[in-house]
Amino acid sequence: IMCASAKYNTRGPALIPRMKTKHRIYYITLFSIVLLGLIATGMFQFWPHSIESSSDWTVEKRSVHDVPVVKLPADSPIPERGDLSCRMHTCFDVYRCGFNPKNKIKVYIYSLKKYVDEYGTSVSNTISREYNELLTAISDSEFYTDDVNRACLFVPSIDVLNQNALRIKETAQALAQLSRWDRGTNHLLFNMLPGGPPDYNTALDVPRDRALLAGGGFSTWTYRQGYDVSIPVYSPLSGEVDLPERGPGPRRYFILSSQMALHPEYRLELEALQAENGESVLVLDKCSNLSDGVPAVRKRCYKNQVFDYPQVLQESTFCVVLRGARLGQAVLSDVLQAGCVPVIIADSYILPFSEVLDWKRASVVIPEEKMPEMYSILQSIPQRQIEEMQRQARWFWEAYFRSMKAIALATLQIINDRIYPYAAISYEEWNDPPAVKWSSVSNPLFLPLIPPQSQGFTAVVLTYDRVESLFRVITEVSKVPSLSKLLVVWNNQNKNPPEDSLWPKIRVPLKVVRTAENKLSNRFFPYDEIETEAVLAIDDDIIMLTSDELQFGYEVWREFPDRLVGYPGRLHLWDHEMNKWKYESEWTNEVSMVLTGAAFYHKYFNYLYTYKMPGDIKNWVDAHMNCEDIAMNFLVANVTGKSVIKVTPRKKFKCPECTAIDGLSLDQTHMVERSECINKFASVFGTMPLKVVEHRADPVLYKDDFPEKLKSFPNIGSL
Amino acid sequence: MQTRKKYIFLTFLASWLLLFLFGGDQLRRLSPFSRRKAESRRNWPRWTDRSLLKSFADPEELQRDGDPSLLSPRERRAARLSVYGSSRCRMETCFDFSRCEKHGFKVFTYPQERGQPVSETYGKILSSVERSRYHTANPEEACLFILGIDTLDRDHLSGQYVRNVDEKIRSFPLWNGGRNHLIFNLYSGTWPDYAGDLGFDIGQAMLAKASFDTESFRPGFDISIPLFSKDHPQRGGDRGWLHRDSVPPKKKYLLVFKGKRYLTGIGSGTRNALHHIHNGKDIISLTTCKHGKDWEKHKDTRCDKDNIDYERFDYQELLHNSTFCIVPRGRRLGSFRFLEALQAACIPVLLSDGWELPFAEAIDWGKAAVVGSERLLLQIPSAMRCIHPERILAFQQQTQFLWDAYFSSVDKIVHTTLEIIKDRLSPHRSRSRFLWNALPGGLLVLPDFSTHLGDFPFYYLQHGYSPSKKFTAFIRAASQAGSLSQPILRLIQAVSGSQHCAQIVVLWSCEKPPPPSGKWPQTTVPLTIIQGRRQVRGAGRRQGSRARAGSWSSHPTAQPNLSVLPPQLSDRFFPFEAIQTDAVLSLDEDTSLSTSEVDFAFLVWRSFPERIVGFPTQSHFWDPEQERWGYTSRWTNELSIVLTAAAFYHRYYHSLFTEYLPAGLRELVDGLAACEDILMNVLVAAVTKLPPIKVTQRKQHKEAAAQQAECRDGAAGTPPSGQRSPSAPHSAPAKGKGTAGSRRFSQRQGCLDQLADWFGYMPLVSSQLRLDPVLFKDQVSVLRKKYPSLEKP
Repeated sequence: IMCASAKYNTRGPALIPRMKTKHRIYYITLFSIVLLGLIATGMFQFWPHSIESSSDWTVEKRSVHDVPVVKLPADSPIPERGDLSCRMHTCFDVYRCGFNPKNKIKVYIYSLKKYVDEYGTSVSNTISREYNELLTAISDSEFYTDDVNRACLFVPSIDVLNQNALRIKETAQALAQLSRWDRGTNHLLFNMLPGGPPDYNTALDVPRDRALLAGGGFSTWTYRQGYDVSIPVYSPLSGEVDLPERGPGPRRYFILSSQMALHPEYRLELEALQAENGESVLVLDKCSNLSDGVPAVRKRCYKNQVFDYPQVLQESTFCVVLRGARLGQAVLSDVLQAGCVPVIIADSYILPFSEVLDWKRASVVIPEEKMPEMYSILQSIPQRQIEEMQRQARWFWEAYFRSMKAIALATLQIINDRIYPYAAISYEEWNDPPAVKWSSVSNPLFLPLIPPQSQGFTAVVLTYDRVESLFRVITEVSKVPSLSKLLVVWNNQNKNPPEDSLWPKIRVPLKVVRTAENKLSNRFFPYDEIETEAVLAIDDDIIMLTSDELQFGYEVWREFPDRLVGYPGRLHLWDHEMNKWKYESEWTNEVSMVLTGAAFYHKYFNYLYTYKMPGDIKNWVDAHMNCEDIAMNFLVANVTGKSVIKVTPRKKFKCPECTAIDGLSLDQTHMVERSECINKFASVFGTMPLKVVEHRADPVLYKDDFPEKLKSFPNIGSL
Repeated sequence: MQTRKKYIFLTFLASWLLLFLFGGDQLRRLSPFSRRKAESRRNWPRWTDRSLLKSFADPEELQRDGDPSLLSPRERRAARLSVYGSSRCRMETCFDFSRCEKHGFKVFTYPQERGQPVSETYGKILSSVERSRYHTANPEEACLFILGIDTLDRDHLSGQYVRNVDEKIRSFPLWNGGRNHLIFNLYSGTWPDYAGDLGFDIGQAMLAKASFDTESFRPGFDISIPLFSKDHPQRGGDRGWLHRDSVPPKKKYLLVFKGKRYLTGIGSGTRNALHHIHNGKDIISLTTCKHGKDWEKHKDTRCDKDNIDYERFDYQELLHNSTFCIVPRGRRLGSFRFLEALQAACIPVLLSDGWELPFAEAIDWGKAAVVGSERLLLQIPSAMRCIHPERILAFQQQTQFLWDAYFSSVDKIVHTTLEIIKDRLSPHRSRSRFLWNALPGGLLVLPDFSTHLGDFPFYYLQHGYSPSKKFTAFIRAASQAGSLSQPILRLIQAVSGSQHCAQIVVLWSCEKPPPPSGKWPQTTVPLTIIQGRRQVRGAGRRQGSRARAGSWSSHPTAQPNLSVLPPQLSDRFFPFEAIQTDAVLSLDEDTSLSTSEVDFAFLVWRSFPERIVGFPTQSHFWDPEQERWGYTSRWTNELSIVLTAAAFYHRYYHSLFTEYLPAGLRELVDGLAACEDILMNVLVAAVTKLPPIKVTQRKQHKEAAAQQAECRDGAAGTPPSGQRSPSAPHSAPAKGKGTAGSRRFSQRQGCLDQLADWFGYMPLVSSQLRLDPVLFKDQVSVLRKKYPSLEKP
């Protein structure tokens, strides 16, 4: 608007001077009025509003009671019953979702209306607190769109969370009159309490045609796999009660049952268990003689003992979750919150979010028939696993149960993953608690392959201007049988590499890459010229390695293709005095790093170094012209969780660490700098990924009393 | 003039106004700088009275979700059985669990009908079942039944269609309405709709079927299996084609398809559209109209040109050189190309709406394939281009893992089917989805051993665990004398001196009773003696009875009166309960080791907990002249077997050895001398696909075979003398090795052959390295070295 008015003002003065003065005021007034009108119009036009409902949204501060009332004629259409054969490919209009770079579905929420029947009696409660929270969460999420034309999924604001709180036929009619209903295609309904007396259907009874159902209590007979989403029954206690996470471990009771309205048959079985196993089993029931004002839902009793609910759940290792009239039980949420491992006894129940969550890691499912064996079944679970299940249970609650927001977003994400399967969230992301995600590694080269020897390796020599030494390295390395290509990274922008004719003549292709800047990271760039998996990074002054040693290094790399396999080894140590890490290059019995002045590694790590290095490490290394090798060691160890492999005995290397920094000798400052690198990287990675080992790799017959000429790699370890 | 100007001016302004009023909305849509920012989005309103809203359910209602008037649980379960017919079978309604309680999961195969030969493929399936460790010949103890009638091809136009199946099965006394039966099927239905109908009433039997559609699939009951050809190998199976993880992982073509274009009929919707995405560059989609007898009748304008293009490309070459392979539905939902693409590491892009993917109950296909939608074919190219290289690399590796773990042979497909069913019987002792989808795969992970990931050697890194810091020394004593020999005393001393040793367990495999407690050396760690326990074998092994037969502490007072049967060599790999640590140091009584050797080897093992880490080694080779596998213990530059006379490995391998391998194979090994440790190596190599690890040894160990001297067979041959002294290593075997005429030796060679035959391939992998201490034989002061004693000659 600002730029619009300025534009018209500049045009105005050009016209006005030609008019008579007496008319000028008149014109200016007229013009101002028009201009104001324009601005108002513009504002109105640009002001966000819906084409379909223009006035609903303009006022923010409104009460639920002020929403428009819609009267449903008695004969208004009713949708078909839910179609049990529906699947994404038959009932879902995927064309609405389209291909988009973000791979996110767009979700539209209908505006809130109050539905009444012909006689003005309302069809249901307008909206419950939970459904309002759910819609708010969707509206605040990335999935939300306010443009009904761009939407892929439609969420009615008609609250069907609890089937008992609504009138079935009229609710169905209300659904059918939604502006984009179209037989319920791409409509998503949320329901937590389905069915009603006497038969308690396991899915919402409201006729809903093709609409998807996010339901809490599906059985295998009503759940349309890959179409519906099974959701938890939200427990409002989650919001009220703060149960701090309890460390895993043994608890006072082994098995606890806290449900109040159990079928007598179940209760008998539980009591039998209690009689058999004594104190370790606690079967609670409702309290009969509570004083007034104490909410019954927050207390449980066993004989005369009164327990606080849900706090008591934290006192038990396992908590029984039995089916009631419905399969889905809110107590599951309470149990998970307490970090108690749920023992789910509800045949044919589809567990919440079972499409993505691995319930075997957080719960024990026991067939109803096997209830009497429950104790022995649970006893057979190893303690370590119980602890893990306790953690997992709590994590499931935190991530997917704790609020309506969590439930709504998980539901949408599941649907999103079906529509964009190639961008779906992985099993690990859904199931691993943050602590596991943090401590575990997922090796990008996880398949155990021993790469074929025939492809050989590519030697990458980083050089600046030491041509003579470089040529010697080239000549030496070219003697290694498995060398397939030699790549010289010419890091000197002020000087041209020697002419072609001057380079040593070798049996493999030799390529020179000129870099744009003198950066250490150039050595780790995933050049297209590197066509082999194996890269030998070698400095331009490493001439002491024999052909046998290099060839053997390559063979070792083939057996450990996901590791750094190198010659000079180094160690990091914890300096107790200074309370920080220290770099060690002395003769030690341990190694945790190899120098990349001479090391084999997989080309994938070049890609990682260049594009996925955490934090500012890459630039930091380039700026300091040091520690690129330590950074590489950190990177590889962090992503694979594995140690380096040092090959062959120690040699007198001509200060391999200082090759990149010309002229600097291996003095104290250097060691201090390297130590600082380790500390810096450890803080960026947030952990110390390096692994210390005491072994190195030698040929099988190394130093064995055996004729040298019969050994595969005789010339190893010569100084 | 003035007035005119005025009017012009007014008209001009008015038209601007009008333009804004009516065109504004369109303008707003067109304008790139439209202010549709988050804050101006019309979000769900923040109701002023939102905190006053009522909860969706009364807390009381939520917690007291019971209705006493309801059917009792027992009645409900009974009612359920009658309400849902066989088309809606679930395990709890159509499967009789009680049959599996007494004898565990046992599978019975009906004898084949006389005069009714089964197809080659069905024959393979039956023999896979018979090769499985769950097979039983006794229908009384069976939990699952498999028909002897070939039900694979139920297309009644096919030559292999078996008629009158209904009558036949009804005459089987065991049929029982199909309860606890498993029916295999590859082809169902026929032209034109290829429906799922099998042409007979399967009743309450489970169906393991290829091309299952989600609609007729009974979740948790049926099993979708892949379509495989009759040439699919019985066992072993070809490796995947991915031999290297190329970076970048993209291959020459992005996306390929080569196959039939259906002009009419079911499946033509997709097949007839595939040619649209062909771009002749990185997307090759070739179709041919030639199929069926009357294709020319339906021929269209494209056909001739397409048929020519079709011949220009080789299918195998496309498979090898493409990143993604389109796997569209054929007439049926599944196709051979699914497994072909999987093996070729060509990431399958599935265009087969409504296909219940093979073993989807266990396998997470989202990690290895792109499940596309037939309707969105034209979006596939751009979607595939957007997939990140890292994801492609992971996809490629996962295809290979899945292929090798579950699909590469009929054995694997059938065993996966059985394991999935077995897992349903006791959900609390079943594999989590993680186990099925991580190396080494569900078949090699026994939930009866443990359900905790940290108890297996495979998942330490993925879950941030580490193997236990102590080991159990497990010594097999088979000396003929009833007394203790000097070597075993020395060995116990050396091993118990290790700071990492938690306990020593001696397996006394002799008929003579072990010496009384006073004769055993005093050690700082507990010493347990286990009597050879042949007698407990076979008795409910599957029920997880970790029989602790005849084991007692280091102070035996009374010796149990056991009817001792001849100890078996493979008994040493029984999962003894006495072994409490992750690491086992397996030893023979005459092995000679020093404490520092043990210490160092244990530290190495902690870095490679899934492998065998040990001292004396052998290497295997293919003998082209005799066309058989051989092995040598001569000094060679390679190794592929670490003898279990002195080796660390994970205790899980005891369980795998005893419970995963079928009894027949163990008996075979027991019949051959000194084969059991080779079998252990073969097993571990088959699981890990990696070579074992050799560590520094101070002096040469004797060839272990010599010392397998059973107490009964005192005259056991000594190995050929040439074996202990260094002799020339050969890439091919030295000839004339048998000059000593060692029966044992040739038996051992036979062992390797028989194992390779049973596994269907040679699992052993060679290594060229040995792990030494970092400063081993370096020219540095001995005082600096942690393991100086290893260097002594």
